[in-house]
Amino acid sequence: MNLLRRNLLRNTLPLGALTLLTGCDVSDSDAVQRVLAGFSAWNDRVQAALFSGQRLAPTFPDHLAVKEFRYNAWYGPDKAPNLAPDQYRLQLAGLIADKRPWTVDQLHALPQVSQVTRHVCVEGWSMIGKWTGTPLRTFLERVGADTTARYVGFECADGYYEGIDMPTALHPQTIMAFKLSDEILPRRYGYPFKIRIPTKLGFKNPKFVTTLYVTNQQPHGFWTDRGYNWFSGI
Amino acid sequence: MNHTSDGEQRHPIPTRVTHWLMALSILIMIGSGWRIYNASPLFDFTFPDQLTLGGDVDAALALHNDPGVASAIAWHFAAMWILVASYLGFVLWGVLSGHFRRDFLPVTPRSFWQDFTAALRFRLEHRLGHYNAVQKLFYWGVLLAVALMIASGLAIWKPVQTYPLELLFGGFQGARLVHFLVMAGIVLFLIVHVALVILVPKTFVAMVLGRASEKSALAERNLPKGNVS
Repeated sequence: MNLLRRNLLRNTLPLGALTLLTGCDVSDSDAVQRVLAGFSAWNDRVQAALFSGQRLAPTFPDHLAVKEFRYNAWYGPDKAPNLAPDQYRLQLAGLIADKRPWTVDQLHALPQVSQVTRHVCVEGWSMIGKWTGTPLRTFLERVGADTTARYVGFECADGYYEGIDMPTALHPQTIMAFKLSDEILPRRYGYPFKIRIPTKLGFKNPKFVTTLYVTNQQPHGFWTDRGYNWFSGI
Repeated sequence: MNHTSDGEQRHPIPTRVTHWLMALSILIMIGSGWRIYNASPLFDFTFPDQLTLGGDVDAALALHNDPGVASAIAWHFAAMWILVASYLGFVLWGVLSGHFRRDFLPVTPRSFWQDFTAALRFRLEHRLGHYNAVQKLFYWGVLLAVALMIASGLAIWKPVQTYPLELLFGGFQGARLVHFLVMAGIVLFLIVHVALVILVPKTFVAMVLGRASEKSALAERNLPKGNVS
């Protein structure tokens, strides 16, 4: 036992010094961030290759849909934009043939589908909800968008901005959600609509969309500009 | 530990390289994983920020309104490639070179029980170049644990593209729970593993330089042969 203790003591000292090193976190160094960004770009390519335009996200029975959906933003619900239905216009830009703006009534007149799907947050929590709206694909075709372009981008009334790859934009479950739990999308959840994408993490689902554009240049994203992965498919 | 003979331990280059790459990537995965866990804890506790990987929390909050989770995820999804590659390399080498068959087998319940009770009484012999049954089971256990981490991690990373996979873990949140519990198991393994290396430092020498023998150890320290009790 004595020997054991002496060995432990003698050999632990240099190891203790080594563990002190772990206290210095190199994450904030520019060089490390560049390497991590390189891995993230590689992960974008892997995810785009893994993504299937046909594979559907799992859907769930209606009774599993949460009625009081979790509110999530970097500001409180009282600070959410309050867009007036009669003044709101959805602006279109980029590689779109018919750029006439859309009113809420015009949007609501589009064909709609319902889905009970799971919202997965990058932080790890998940929640099942029921969303109803128009497949983004239907809308893009209606306005004569160039669907051979690479990206669709969104600008939002709360200062948020996001963008997705065209294969995801054309995925049958990617919708402009006008309703949550069978009710007109409440203000705090993104009235008049949020882009609901069950094949992406939650932050790739922008709310309060005021401008939609089609482009070949990868759009920036609010959280991806803050270090999160761009593709963020699930 | 190939080409073993009693009293000498040898680790060829593939074993050493994949061992240390796994060690590095597992430490990164644990540190960044704890920061990610803190963003949405499964249990009623969080990890102290100093033990997590992802940079200065307050600076990230001021700069990005984000507690360094973005950096932690970037670490996690970078190191996962190194972990998967080195793990596959280690397993492939272990199987093809005969390392697993020679050194990790056989493990019988009887030999495990004998060695286990001997270890508890501090009477377990340790010969360099020879693994006792407890060690063998330990190594099988951690190899299985890493495989479970990769599978549950894939279910969490790609719950849509790999959808049925999460059902093995009881759904998406079940996969998160398994990912967490197996992580805890790996942390326990690391604690015991490092403690034993501290007790028998020649094993560390062998894993770095490729070779260590008991003879020089005996000569240096004048220890009675093969018993640390």
